[in-house]
Amino acid sequence: MLGLNKRDTRFLLIVIALTLLTPFILQPFPEGSALAQFNAGYPDLMQRIAIFGIFAIGFNILFGLTGYLSFGHAAFLGVGSYSVVWMYKLLDYNVLPGLVLAIITSGLFALAIGYLSLRRSGIYFSILTLAFAQMSFNLAYSVLTPITNGETGLQVYTSDPQYLMSEGEPITPHLFGLVMNESYKLNLGGWVFTFNIGYYFTAVIAILAFYLSLRIFRSPFGLMLRAVKSNQTRLNYTGLNARPYTLAAFVISGMYAGLAGGLLAAMDPLAGAERMQWTESGAVVIMTILGGAGTLMGPVLGAGFIKYLEKIFSKINENVLEGWFSFLPEPLREVVVWIFSRFTGEGWALTLGLMFMLVVIFLPGGLMEGGERIRNLIRRKKNKPGDGASPDGTPAE
Amino acid sequence: MGILEVKDVNKRFGGLHALKDVNLSIKEDTIHAIIGPNGAGKSTLLNVLVGKLVPDTGSVMFDGQSVLGRKPHEINQMGISRVFQTPEIFGDLTVLENVLIPCFAKRDGAFRMHAFETVESEAELIDLAERALVDVNMADKRHHHAASLSRGDKRRLEMAMCLVQRPRLLLLDEPTAGMARANTNRTIDLLRDIKERREITMVIIEHDMHVVFSLAQRITVLAQGSPLVEDTPENIKGHPKVQEAYLGEAH
Repeated sequence: MLGLNKRDTRFLLIVIALTLLTPFILQPFPEGSALAQFNAGYPDLMQRIAIFGIFAIGFNILFGLTGYLSFGHAAFLGVGSYSVVWMYKLLDYNVLPGLVLAIITSGLFALAIGYLSLRRSGIYFSILTLAFAQMSFNLAYSVLTPITNGETGLQVYTSDPQYLMSEGEPITPHLFGLVMNESYKLNLGGWVFTFNIGYYFTAVIAILAFYLSLRIFRSPFGLMLRAVKSNQTRLNYTGLNARPYTLAAFVISGMYAGLAGGLLAAMDPLAGAERMQWTESGAVVIMTILGGAGTLMGPVLGAGFIKYLEKIFSKINENVLEGWFSFLPEPLREVVVWIFSRFTGEGWALTLGLMFMLVVIFLPGGLMEGGERIRNLIRRKKNKPGDGASPDGTPAE
Repeated sequence: MGILEVKDVNKRFGGLHALKDVNLSIKEDTIHAIIGPNGAGKSTLLNVLVGKLVPDTGSVMFDGQSVLGRKPHEINQMGISRVFQTPEIFGDLTVLENVLIPCFAKRDGAFRMHAFETVESEAELIDLAERALVDVNMADKRHHHAASLSRGDKRRLEMAMCLVQRPRLLLLDEPTAGMARANTNRTIDLLRDIKERREITMVIIEHDMHVVFSLAQRITVLAQGSPLVEDTPENIKGHPKVQEAYLGEAH
């Protein structure tokens, strides 16, 4: 189906199901229960997981397949956001023209940066992309203030022309009248599930993005990208120049990043220069590696994981911890709460750092490798009586 | 006029005169061996032939066209393939994928973005690649990871990758280096087999005299950067100059 073989079709259907059922999956605990604070099924977080999932899927096409580690993809994220907000300012709050423009401008931007950066490989390539992204950040922050509105950030003002704005049209981002920040709440027993239009819009785009990446992975083009990563010398002596392939991958991943940036502005009509900071570039690298670079699902998993930590762990402050450890005697409780509070609340990044370290050291293939190992372990246990099972598993998807 | 003409090639690395007035003419459809003691300039010569090194003076013509200043991929497109001393294969890919890449390269000629087809749907190329693997007796290993192969298998895979493109000239840099005798003999048989089945010119750089004398139709002896003698294997064997420069020292 859809140009996929049976196994991939099943894989895609599972991904679609998981994506559409996210409001249920991320809301496992009933409202008011002690564990309710670990629920993640609210619109803002779900949107971010889907958006950064798209960002990471695109990044993985470059990094996972060709092995070129870009440290400047946040530049495209920012370009995407600015494009969308400009379309709000010039036309109206319909997100569609903005998103199309975001993909085009980030693609052109990626073409220019990629053309220059891909003259080098390895660490020099990474440094070049980082330099270009930081330049873009500084341009957006100060020099290009007329376009980017500098440190205030770009936003829509009532004085903006909005030429296509019609009577009664929503004054927040929408898709032909479907307002992004509108939600429908479903009360089921003790549970509250939130279905947000913005989330479903990003989810559908994320599924399309995932499908496209799946097609690329299985295509001859994807094979060539993996060949670039594996052995460029042999590729050259096979009669192929690696540069056009890496440039194509760079532009595609730049367009994914632009789309993700555009969607950020489609959920919240703002665009700031901080979106182009190197920390955002670093975040997508960490997401991809944490989930499993070069695998299809890994980057999405990594993105979800990090966004979850960022939102949920950062909510656990000292008061919450006091509540958890109230059964401990006073002096001990203070010590335990002090230790835990270093890793939660504002210290959530420390937990992320530790996790990242553990994954890189023990699971170089990321969380996907962890899942794969568990699956093999279960399979081996099942097959133990015969003991004839093959030890090598199929590579992670 | 040979298919490959090397004229007055000189190459210096600082104070070292690596290639001195090298003249070489390789006839089409022959196996031509280049031998010589260590440091004779064999590898430098090979790197000049594939465009990796540009000589200080002289010319290298392949089928009437200069190869100098061309990039490796352009030289491959002219019809020259190369087997490396340490096999250069795509270690992360399967054996079949390894052979498919040169098939795509040959069919498409240059960059093509087939992002919406699947590799599986390219039945014709897969068939071609599988036949190439049968030719080197590796069909049963087509789904193995290339990095997990033995050295001998890697070498044969690399040859399949070169041969599937039907090159007019195949350059082999010590194709039996580090191989056990049994594997060496299999490689000799394989190359002989290939030569019998199709029209191809091979240039072999080799240390192992057994390989050279089993395969070569012409032999050039290189010593201290310049060709000493060029002759048939029979004549080379008894040549006093060669004994002195090479065989005498080796045995």
